[in-house]
Amino acid sequence: MLNSGSGLFESEAATRELLAEHGYVADDALSISLFLAFKLQRPLLLEGAPGVGKTELAKVVSKILQTDLIRLQCYEGLDLAQAAYEWNYPRQLLEIQGRAAGAGGVSDVFSEGYLLRRPLLDAIDPKRTVAPVLLIDELDRADEEFESFLLELLSDFQITIPELGTIRAIHRPLVLLTSNRTREVHDALKRRCLYHWIDYPSAEKEAEILRSRVPGLSERLSDQIVGFMQRLRRVDLYKVPGVAESIDWALALAELRVEALDIGRVNATTGCFLKHHDDVERARGGLSDEILAAVGE
Amino acid sequence: MTAHGLPRVDITGSLVRFAGELRRAGLSVGTSQLEVLLRAFQWLDPTSTEHVYHASRTTLLTRYEDAKLFDALFQAFWGVRAAGTPQRVPLAPRQQRQSARPQLINLLAQRAFPHDPEVQVDDRSHSSSDAEVLRRKDFSTLSALELAALRRLLATRRWAFAERVSRRKLSRARGPRLDLRRLPSCAARSGGVVLRLPRLARKIKPRPIVVLADVSGSMELYTRVLLQFFHALQHQLGRVETFVFATRLTRVTNELGLTNPDRALDAVCSEVVDFASGTRIGESLHAFNTRWAGRMLGRGAVAIVVSDGWERGDADLLGKEVRILRDRCYRLIWLNPLLGQPSYEPRVAGMAAALRHVDDFLACHNLQSLGALEAHLGRLPARRGGIFEHVSRRAT
Repeated sequence: MLNSGSGLFESEAATRELLAEHGYVADDALSISLFLAFKLQRPLLLEGAPGVGKTELAKVVSKILQTDLIRLQCYEGLDLAQAAYEWNYPRQLLEIQGRAAGAGGVSDVFSEGYLLRRPLLDAIDPKRTVAPVLLIDELDRADEEFESFLLELLSDFQITIPELGTIRAIHRPLVLLTSNRTREVHDALKRRCLYHWIDYPSAEKEAEILRSRVPGLSERLSDQIVGFMQRLRRVDLYKVPGVAESIDWALALAELRVEALDIGRVNATTGCFLKHHDDVERARGGLSDEILAAVGE
Repeated sequence: MTAHGLPRVDITGSLVRFAGELRRAGLSVGTSQLEVLLRAFQWLDPTSTEHVYHASRTTLLTRYEDAKLFDALFQAFWGVRAAGTPQRVPLAPRQQRQSARPQLINLLAQRAFPHDPEVQVDDRSHSSSDAEVLRRKDFSTLSALELAALRRLLATRRWAFAERVSRRKLSRARGPRLDLRRLPSCAARSGGVVLRLPRLARKIKPRPIVVLADVSGSMELYTRVLLQFFHALQHQLGRVETFVFATRLTRVTNELGLTNPDRALDAVCSEVVDFASGTRIGESLHAFNTRWAGRMLGRGAVAIVVSDGWERGDADLLGKEVRILRDRCYRLIWLNPLLGQPSYEPRVAGMAAALRHVDDFLACHNLQSLGALEAHLGRLPARRGGIFEHVSRRAT
């Protein structure tokens, strides 16, 4: 049980309010998913385009629960030794060679003292008094073999170390997994999780996000940014900007003390929201003009 | 948004029946998922449409592509529309279509007969001389029986294909790195003395392949055979994504995933309305680059475009899209059946524009050329570069 926050996520409405208080604007679907992940003690798999706030959710939840955020960034070739545990080989070897001089068995070099904890084992450490939030980020970057390591952890919150035995969480962590879908996550893993697809936000929701993330942003500029980004996402770009890009752009414009968008400002700051060279060229070559005209209307 | 949209009913029974409906429609819903959903109603309101909808969606749905189907089934089963779902959702066709005739094959068989009245290759296609004839014969001149023989050959042959060194490590007798994890236990066996050094080597994996095949009128005769080829590849190698295009791009990976190649081609034909229309290669590649490339071209993928380069649209756009495609994948191969003709030169504006950015330019008009493609892919080095097969460059 997540004891520290058990009084916090009481209903889905309370969940949404708590998220909003901490600057994360969630819709009904996401707050129900998160609420159920919390109550049912199930991992929550979040999928969606880059920059729609998947990772951010984990950070906010750990802040709400006032607990540790343990983050495992996935990459190709990630294996058990980097994700879960590793034995302290130099110590083991020294111990073995030291014993060789004296007498006695060597089996106990595989004991807790020689174990190095990596994020997954750390998250289910029975010594923890408060359940942490475990974020397994960009799962699609790890290879398929790694997913099977996760099955035991995600269904039973335990890891079996052959030399030592099974380590089981006393306080089950809240597990959030994210994927950008560069490949399909395996069904066996999905079945152990709740699933939620985070879409690009609606104009109202995006405006709300900007209000809470960029303090002091004028309503006029906020409306212009949102109108611009919403229209831009409908264009067939090579790299569609997410909410993270909207926030970056709003922060940049606030820093530059821009009162209202004009084409000069947009062209000067295109790099904040478009990250593909051909998209940038297209924007500066007339697309921004068009969208800006449409926003003005 | 009504807080009390559903009538007071036995929620458990209803949810179980709803899960059954989902399964019948082809969604994979496990018992454990259902059980989790039932438990969820300790905290949720079973009379609220919103709660039933979102809770069943987050527990029973595991794939974004199934969302529309799920919404339609939800609406049909509960008789209500949940907020956020569109008014009318077309039901995704999950059931096997029973359109009996493989239209394309049929069409071609009919077309092949008048030119080729006599049967040239016997049904016993495994005898070597027949297979030899078949190997060199242009796909567009095959008779119906030869086609059947070719299909068997494609399906039974083992295809070796491009591989890459992954970052995952395996223990091997020889390898460039020490396996420190196993070192202590090895040493312990010999009383603490390190007598043997266990080693690690990188795991070799097949490269993902993305195929973009032209099915317009001028390519039809070849594409039909090549789809058979990619169907065979997909079954042997796994990670093959196939798209077809003429005026627009259609993903046919799922259809080609069927085990029966006839049924697979059938499904492709019914999915693609584009067969035998004009070609917009640039726009189709643009659709791929903007919608799919980010998801499909990771992990050292090889992209294969099959087309004769007869572009109806803008040649400059085609050139640009080919460049972007090339920059995103490990290797871009262009297959052109016309290369089989000795006198062919890529003079068409579209083909010329594309060729500037293509890594390899190869023929694909007969079985022999597919063999050459296989050999070439097998020789690909770990990084971009190495041997570039550019028939046109050699010719000029």
